Amino acid sequence: MSVNTTTKFATAKLFGIAVAMFAFGFALVPLYEIYCDVTGANGKTGDQYEAPANLAIDESREVTVQFLANNNANMPWQFRPSVRSMKVVPGKMYETTFFAGNITSESMVAQAVPSVAPFHAAEYFHKTECFCFEQQELAGGDQLDMPLRFIVDPEMPESVKTLTLSYTLFDVTEAVRAGAAAE
Amino acid sequence: MSAVIENHHDDHHHGPDKGIMRWVLTTNHKDIGSLYLWFSFAMFLVGGCMALVIRAELFQPGLQLVAPEFFNQMTTMHGLIMVFGAVMPAFVGLANWLVPMMIGAPDMALPRMNNYSFWILPFAFGLLISTLFMEGGAPNFGWTFYAPLSTEYAPPSVTFFIFAVHLMGVSSIMGSINVIVTILNMRAPGMRLMDMPLFVWTWLITAYLLIAVMPVLAGVVTMMLMDIHFGTAFFSAAGGGDPVLFQHVFWFFGHPEVYIMILPAFGVVSAIIPTFARKKLFGYDSMVYATASIAFLSFIVWAHHMFTVGMPIAGELYFMYATMLIAVPTGVKVFNWVATMWKGSMTFETPMLFAIAFVILFTIGGFSGLMLSIVPADFQYHDTYFVVAHFHYVLVPGSIFSIMAAAYYWLPKWTGNMYDETLGKTHFWLSFVGVNVTFFPQHFIGLAGMPRRYPDYALQFADWNMVSSVGAYIFGFSQLLFLFIVIKTIRGGKKATDEVWDGAEGLEWTVPSPAPYHTFSTPPELPARAH
Repeated sequence: MSVNTTTKFATAKLFGIAVAMFAFGFALVPLYEIYCDVTGANGKTGDQYEAPANLAIDESREVTVQFLANNNANMPWQFRPSVRSMKVVPGKMYETTFFAGNITSESMVAQAVPSVAPFHAAEYFHKTECFCFEQQELAGGDQLDMPLRFIVDPEMPESVKTLTLSYTLFDVTEAVRAGAAAE
Repeated sequence: MSAVIENHHDDHHHGPDKGIMRWVLTTNHKDIGSLYLWFSFAMFLVGGCMALVIRAELFQPGLQLVAPEFFNQMTTMHGLIMVFGAVMPAFVGLANWLVPMMIGAPDMALPRMNNYSFWILPFAFGLLISTLFMEGGAPNFGWTFYAPLSTEYAPPSVTFFIFAVHLMGVSSIMGSINVIVTILNMRAPGMRLMDMPLFVWTWLITAYLLIAVMPVLAGVVTMMLMDIHFGTAFFSAAGGGDPVLFQHVFWFFGHPEVYIMILPAFGVVSAIIPTFARKKLFGYDSMVYATASIAFLSFIVWAHHMFTVGMPIAGELYFMYATMLIAVPTGVKVFNWVATMWKGSMTFETPMLFAIAFVILFTIGGFSGLMLSIVPADFQYHDTYFVVAHFHYVLVPGSIFSIMAAAYYWLPKWTGNMYDETLGKTHFWLSFVGVNVTFFPQHFIGLAGMPRRYPDYALQFADWNMVSSVGAYIFGFSQLLFLFIVIKTIRGGKKATDEVWDGAEGLEWTVPSPAPYHTFSTPPELPARAH
C-alpha cells in the first residue's frame, strides 16, 4: 500500500514542526540571555564600562554598596573583600580590592562571577575595571589583591539605598588545561 | 482458466502469523497497541518495585535498608520509568487500539513507522535500566535532572540516560505524527471533527503537544551532553552559563508533558461515564474547547515549577495568574462529567468505579495544585511532600486509574471475553484504599515541612510516613491481582457481545468482539448525527 500524497505532506509538515521546536529549544539560550540583559532579571552585571566624559555626579544621595565573596563547591582558595561596604555617591568612580589566596601547592586558575542584588539595580552598576573580566591564575601558595573600579549610575531609582555585589569564585583549572591541550 | 477448482482456504488466512516474528514485524495497530500496553504494564511493575524500595526505607526514620546514594537512584528511576515507560506508552497503546476503530479507519496512517515507534522503547528502557548495574550507579539527580547536578556532578551513566531520553523522544514524536495524520486524513466519510469521540479529540490535542515539546526536551539533554563532554557552558556559571536556564528550558517541556499525561485520561473518562450513566456526554462542544484551552495554557505557565528560583515579582505574579486560569477549563470538564451522571440511569461496573474515582480524586489533586500555584504559599510547599502528594494524586488516581478503567472497559472488545466482575471490583477497592492511604498523609507531612527526595526524616514525620508506606504496599500488591485478571480475561471468560456494554456508543462497538485483525477495511456508514 503506497502512502498517499496527503499523508506524505501532512507527515512532512509535522516533522518540520518537530525540527523547528528542536531549533527553538536551542534558540531559548540566546533569547534567555537577551531577556536577562534587557530586564537585568538575574543580577548579571555588564561587561567593561566606558564612563562618558561628563557623567553627572549626584551629590544629593548616598548609596551603600556591600561586598560579598563566596567560593563555589570545593574551591579551596581564600577569597574575601578588603572592605565589607562603602558609602558611595552615584556618578563618581570608586576603587576597592578583593583578596585571593591559593592555599594549595599546585598552580590553579579561577573565574569570579559577579551578581548584584536587588536585581533591578544590576543594570545601574557599572564596572570599569574588574578582576572578573579575566581568569586569574595563581601559583601554589601565591596571593593577590585584585582590583575593582566601579560607578553607580545616577539614573538608578531613588528606592535603591543599598546594593550588594556578590562574587562567586569557581575553579576553572581543568577547563583551561583541557582547552589549552586541545589547541 | 484451469478446470481444477482451487482450494482458496489458504488464501484467506487474514489472521496474523504465528510465532515471535509476528510481533517483531507487525504493522497492525491492534498488535502494536497490545505491545505498548504490555510494555507499559511491565514498566509499571518495575517502577512500582522502585517505589516500594523507597517506601520501605521511609517506613521508619533512620537509614535502615539502602544507602542514600542508592535511594536517590530509586527516586530518579521511579520517576523516569513511570512517566516515560508506564503512563505515556499506555496512552499510546490505547490510542493505537482505539483511534482507528473509533474513526472507522482500517489502521494508522503510517503502519511501519508505528512499528518503529514501539520497538525503540524496549531498547531505550533496556539502556536506562542497565544503568543500575553500571559503575557509579544509575542516574541519581531526580527525574527532573537539573544541571549542574546532572552535568558536573553526575555519575558516568548520565550519558546513557541522555541517549535513552533521545530514543524515547523519537518514539513519542513519530507516534504523535502518526496519530495526527490518522485523525486528520482517515476519518470515515461524513465524520466531521466535532463528531469524533472525545478520546480521539484528546489524543489529537495531546499529539500536537508532544510534537511541540519533546524536541525541546531533546534540545535540553543535548545541551547537557555538550556541557558534559564538549566543554560548553550552557548551564555552568563558571563559563558564563546559567543553571536557571536549565530549569526554564526543562519546564517549558515539563509542564506540557504533565498535560500530555492527563488529556488522554480525560478522553477515556468521557467515554466511560456516558456509557454507565446511559446518558450522552454533557456539553460535548465545551469539552473540546476546554481541552484545547488547557493545552494552549499549558505552554505559558512553566515557571510555576520554579517560583523559588529568584524571578522578579512581575514574573511570579504573571505565572501565578496564568496557572490559576487553568482551573477554569478543568472545572468545566469536571462539572460536565458530573452533569452527565445527573439523572442518569447508573450502574457501577469496574470501569465506572475507576472513572468516578478518577473524577473525585483527580479533583482533589487539582485543588492541591491550585494551592501550589499561589506564590507566597508555594514558598513553603516547594520541594516538600506536599508537591509529591499533589502530583501523585493527579497521576495515580488520575492517569493510572483512567488507564485501568480503559483496560476494563475495552478488554471485552479486545479479547472477546468479559473480565471477572468480582475480581475487578476487588482490584478497584484495594487500589482505591491503597492509593488514598499512601498519598493523602503526604499532604500532612508536606505541610509540616518534610522535604522531598529525602531518604531519612525528622521524627515528627514518622507516623504518617509509616501509614503512607503501608498504603503503598497495599496498592502495589493489588496490581498483581490486576495482572492476574488481565491474563485470565485473555485466556477465557464469559463471551462478550459486540456491543458489550448497554449504552455504549461509538464505532468500536459495531465490530465483533474480539475485534477482527482487520476492521473497517471498507469505511463504515455512520449512524445518524449524535450532536
